[in-house]
Amino acid sequence: MFGKLSLDAIPFSQPIPLVAAAVIGVLLLGVLAWITKKGHWPYLWHEWITSVDHKRIGVMYILLALVMLIRGFSDAILMRTQQAMAVNAPGYLPPEHYDQIFSAHGAIMIFFGAMPFVIGLMNFVVPLQLGVRDVAFPTLNSTSFWLTASGALLVNVSLVIGEFARTGWLPYAPLSEKVYSPGVGVDYYLWAIQISGIGTLMSGINLVTTILKVRAPGMSYLRMPMFCWTSLASNLLIVAAFPILTATLAMLTLDRYMGFHFFTNDAGGNPMLFVNLIWAWGHPEVYILVLPAFGVFSEVISTFSSKPLFGYRSMVAATLFITLVSFTVWLHHFFTMGAGANVNAAFGIATSIIAVGTGVKVYNWLFTMYGGKVRFTTPMLWSIAFMVTFVVGGMTGVLLAVPPADFMLHNSLFLVAHFHNVIIGGVLFGAFAGMTFWFPKAFGFRLHEGWGHVAFWLSLAGFLIVFTPMYWLGLEGMTRRLQHVNVAGWAPFLWIMLFGVGIMGLGVLAQIMQLLVSIRDRDQLRDETGDPWDGRSLEWATTSPPPSFNFAVLPDVRGEEAYWTIKQRAIEAQGLVEEPEYEPIEMPRNSATGVVTAFFASFTGFALIWEIWWLVGVGLLAAYGTFVWFAWRKEDEYEIPVEEVAAYDRERRKVRAAWLLREQGARAGEQPA
Amino acid sequence: MSEGKLERGERGERHDSAPGDEAASGQEFGGGVTGYVVGLLLALALTAGSFYMVSTDLVWGPAIPAALIVLAVAQMGIHLVFFLHITTGPDNTNNVLALAFGVLIVLLVVFGSMWIMDHLSHQLMPMGEMMKRMR
Repeated sequence: MFGKLSLDAIPFSQPIPLVAAAVIGVLLLGVLAWITKKGHWPYLWHEWITSVDHKRIGVMYILLALVMLIRGFSDAILMRTQQAMAVNAPGYLPPEHYDQIFSAHGAIMIFFGAMPFVIGLMNFVVPLQLGVRDVAFPTLNSTSFWLTASGALLVNVSLVIGEFARTGWLPYAPLSEKVYSPGVGVDYYLWAIQISGIGTLMSGINLVTTILKVRAPGMSYLRMPMFCWTSLASNLLIVAAFPILTATLAMLTLDRYMGFHFFTNDAGGNPMLFVNLIWAWGHPEVYILVLPAFGVFSEVISTFSSKPLFGYRSMVAATLFITLVSFTVWLHHFFTMGAGANVNAAFGIATSIIAVGTGVKVYNWLFTMYGGKVRFTTPMLWSIAFMVTFVVGGMTGVLLAVPPADFMLHNSLFLVAHFHNVIIGGVLFGAFAGMTFWFPKAFGFRLHEGWGHVAFWLSLAGFLIVFTPMYWLGLEGMTRRLQHVNVAGWAPFLWIMLFGVGIMGLGVLAQIMQLLVSIRDRDQLRDETGDPWDGRSLEWATTSPPPSFNFAVLPDVRGEEAYWTIKQRAIEAQGLVEEPEYEPIEMPRNSATGVVTAFFASFTGFALIWEIWWLVGVGLLAAYGTFVWFAWRKEDEYEIPVEEVAAYDRERRKVRAAWLLREQGARAGEQPA
Repeated sequence: MSEGKLERGERGERHDSAPGDEAASGQEFGGGVTGYVVGLLLALALTAGSFYMVSTDLVWGPAIPAALIVLAVAQMGIHLVFFLHITTGPDNTNNVLALAFGVLIVLLVVFGSMWIMDHLSHQLMPMGEMMKRMR
């Protein structure tokens, strides 16, 4: 009836996960009770859970990412504390638990922290920047999100029921094979990643289609904002690379469940093929994460330097160059596996070459700032810090790309410091910059600047205090993933790193404070015009928050920096363009398809992990049935009447006209007679 | 979706067709029901041809693998033209580019993996195998 599942699956002997789970459970129940008591369920169900609006889905992606980032960060605290305490001592985490923590930390941060964050940003911003009403497939979008959430749920369930993988964030064979990992940990990993991977792939297809096919009139490719270009590149990489991950994990699944021998030691299997295939996905994945962040920095730096992006076309070229070359460097993740000098040299050179594309971008950002009126707002601070830290991370990456150096440094903390340097300094800083930058667009009020600065400086300082000693320890020869350490001389560094994690923790608290203070002071921080930063692309042309249809009339794009052109023309003509002819707008209906499918997918995943075969059947059938039910729907759109559209847009034009008047007053004041 | 309709609006911009887009592929070569029937017949002929070739001595023995590859590539072409409606027309740029990108990535990953794994086999050859090859 319950397959392998029994009461033994709950780790009563380990207090840490149980207490953590209890705290989370109580918090969750409290929130649910509060929602029920306040009667918010109908609102949540109709406006958020079943919403197919790309803006709502984007916000939910980012909320999921924030929660999972905190989960991953608490794993990091546990690891740093353990290593600091475990110099010539056992520490407080037994090896089998410590191994689960570092595996969960990596898997969660990449798959459920960073990925949802960048996909959320792309979801929210891309249709607005393209000047359209939604993505190409709105219901598919909702399904993608809920499948990602379903994967995240499975990972967290492993905390209480059973265990998580002890294999590292990529379950290298043969360690992940049934012989060496007989428990359900690897199965949790496999099914969580497969389910959320389907969501990611669908999301990639959706956004590629949107950018290629659904753009405002006149928005040609070379008029698209930089963020749209990097999103296109990132989603092309998702479409090309995620099937490799799916196939590789499917082969490992066949090995574990059905006795196949793809990656086993015996019977003709080859574990090294697993390493090869997983990195053929894994390296493009790095760029899937960082390219959208590059897009965010391009938008932020250009906006807050009050200048067009320097070298727009070279930026596009560099983005596409990185997209292609990212598929020719994957061997640098396993130089030491024994491929020999010819292969290593070829991939080492390709790895050094890919840095050229990023170098072009860094110079473009610097020249964008040069001679501009730079405003040091929170998003700009993240961007400037990114340029410094990312160059350091990039240089250590080029160092590791030299195979002989990699033979010395591979598997050491130097490598760990390198990839945290680029992922935190690149992806996470970019995500935070983007969140602060587009927050007023999403909610209609800005985030508090003071707390934003506090959070930024604490995070940056904490980050440097953790990862600078880590480089040093790596050079000293400390390898990664150590449950205890036998070199007394390393203890001071480990304590400094623990102190740094504490500072980063204060940074996290400051971010939460920033959110709370901003919600409290939302009336002072209100964004009336929809254009709080003097922006340059179309998302700032609509109100904050935008209506469900984004734009009353699709904007007419006449050049690069579409919105900047519109504003300049209005200032020159001393008036807004004439009122357009309004038409009723058809929008897609909300649909529960996504959440229902994901509900059954979660059960299917759970049942597959515990081999509860009847539940697998029920779950799959129900998820498929949901799709059939959706395909047979009678009405898929509803119409927003022309009066409503006109009333909304007249209100918006009134605000814009007032802005124009103020702008002209300011200009007149600048030039004394 | 409404913006899809708008995009095809009065501006007269060229818009490209999706794979299998009936309305767009009606006039072109390999469109419509006739196209599907012709495609099916050609595909069947190529399949039957490859089986026939292997079982008879129509083709010189050692050349059979090469001939099979030729027929397989032709089969792919038939599928692309008649069933997926890939053409060289301007309305097909996105489809052709997507195909080219996909083929490029598949080739990179497949041949890259073969190169890597082959070198691993040489570098990490078990002693017995190495002795055998040295003889």
